Amino acid sequence: MNGTTLSRPRPMANAWGTLHSFFGELRREPLGFIGLMLIVALILVAILAPWIAPYSPSRQSLSEVLQPPSVAHWMGTDEFGRDILSRLIWGAQITMRTVLSVTAIVGPIGLLIGVTAGYFGGRVDAVLMRITDIVLSFPSLILALAFAAALGAGLGTAIIAISLTAWPPIARLARAEALIVRNTDYVAAARLYGASNLRLLTLYIAPMCIPSVVVRLTLNMATITLTAASLGFLGLGAQPPMPEWGAMISAGRRFMLDQWWVAVMPGFAILFTSLAFNVVGDALRDVLDPRHTKN
Amino acid sequence: MSMIELQDINVRYHSGKSENHVVRGVNLSVARGECVGIVGESGCGKSTLLRSLVGLEGHWTGSISINGEALGPIRTKDQLRCAQMVFQDPFASLHPRHRIRRALSEPARCMGLPVDDARIAAALEEVGLPASFADRFPHQLSGGQRQRVAIARALIVEPPVLLLDEPTSALDVSVQAEILNLLSDRRDERGLTFVLVSHDLSVVAHMCDRIFVMQNGGFVDELSPADIGAGEARDAYARQLLAASFLEELA
Repeated sequence: MNGTTLSRPRPMANAWGTLHSFFGELRREPLGFIGLMLIVALILVAILAPWIAPYSPSRQSLSEVLQPPSVAHWMGTDEFGRDILSRLIWGAQITMRTVLSVTAIVGPIGLLIGVTAGYFGGRVDAVLMRITDIVLSFPSLILALAFAAALGAGLGTAIIAISLTAWPPIARLARAEALIVRNTDYVAAARLYGASNLRLLTLYIAPMCIPSVVVRLTLNMATITLTAASLGFLGLGAQPPMPEWGAMISAGRRFMLDQWWVAVMPGFAILFTSLAFNVVGDALRDVLDPRHTKN
Repeated sequence: MSMIELQDINVRYHSGKSENHVVRGVNLSVARGECVGIVGESGCGKSTLLRSLVGLEGHWTGSISINGEALGPIRTKDQLRCAQMVFQDPFASLHPRHRIRRALSEPARCMGLPVDDARIAAALEEVGLPASFADRFPHQLSGGQRQRVAIARALIVEPPVLLLDEPTSALDVSVQAEILNLLSDRRDERGLTFVLVSHDLSVVAHMCDRIFVMQNGGFVDELSPADIGAGEARDAYARQLLAASFLEELA
């Protein structure tokens, strides 16, 4: 029994080992690898937008209105003659900024609330989890809409609005993990040598909850992409002339039948981005979560 | 003067109709430097008794004193330092993401004791491990090596009392003897007082001066190692336990 458990190191034992095994496992998972490549490409595009976009995203050319895809405009032009490919490239920047900001806000908040609730239990747990349930019971898009409407439309408001509704699943997950970890022998041993609650939470319990939270956050990125695009579509996200993908679809709606490329190109961008996040999240779960077995 | 004094210890969960009376009126007195064993089948309350004694379990009534100091359910650091515990499963008792150095320095740091690399190296050496193990993670160690680290972790705060909850039952037979010898040596060296819980009679007979047989939360018999060797006991249940373990060894 000892031999088998020993030869296979536990996942997440250290950052380098994890990274190494992560890429090792990803190579065996072509779909996850493609997804990761797609996301890396997207981030590069977002960073390099000023240099790789063939045109300025706001350069209007009324002589080139609603041109179909051609050599000059690979994805055609919109109703103001703006190059759609350039707008998509600049839009990647907006999408990435939204996704990363929301994740950076939601991850720590969800982890903190969940771990605190799970570790202390009792009344602290009851209060924190009821708050979580209340937020969870709101349809997230509606709450985001109300919030964006109240604070005024804009990218910043969209980010705050999405963050407000995105933390409860993370908190629940972290709580479930903390409930398991707080009963382990190594936490009992730490109590015996007088480790303080703060120390137990930050140095013993939280690190054990991080892998599953990371997986969940990655899967959440797909939802965030969609919610951000939805808000943009409804006019409550990034404001024109910012090349936000959802807003571009909204604008292209009117020409859907005759000039399909205006709405379809940003649609594909959203589709592939959220698909990539989903696929990478799934692959991450296979690598980081030992309880989740591949079928 | 006795090191550990337990009087009328009771542990109950869920008062009322669904009451679960786990430990029933246990009295125990352990002299300084003595090793006392508690045997019994799974669920008889031996682990709960140990956890109450060490301060992990707060639902007990009665009186507990270690080293002459009366202890309540909630302990101060100095009180916690009176007794440390070695757990059954060495795969679960070390934090999987802390290196051995961290596992050994944390107790000292929490207790406000000075700790440096030399101290860690000495602690590892004391349990028969090379100082280079400090940079390893628990998953890079075997079960026996991990249990040695767990013992070093318990000893690093220099407790007068060590509580052992089935310290060898998760280990290979060949490693069991090494760990038991290590424990005996440390006891002789430091004058430690042991309370050893086990379901393995041969382990208890090898280690302990006195052995208590526990059934349904209470002590039913007190045996000496010689009694176990001869298979003799006053209580019917204790006789049954001895006979069962004798059969096991034959098989």
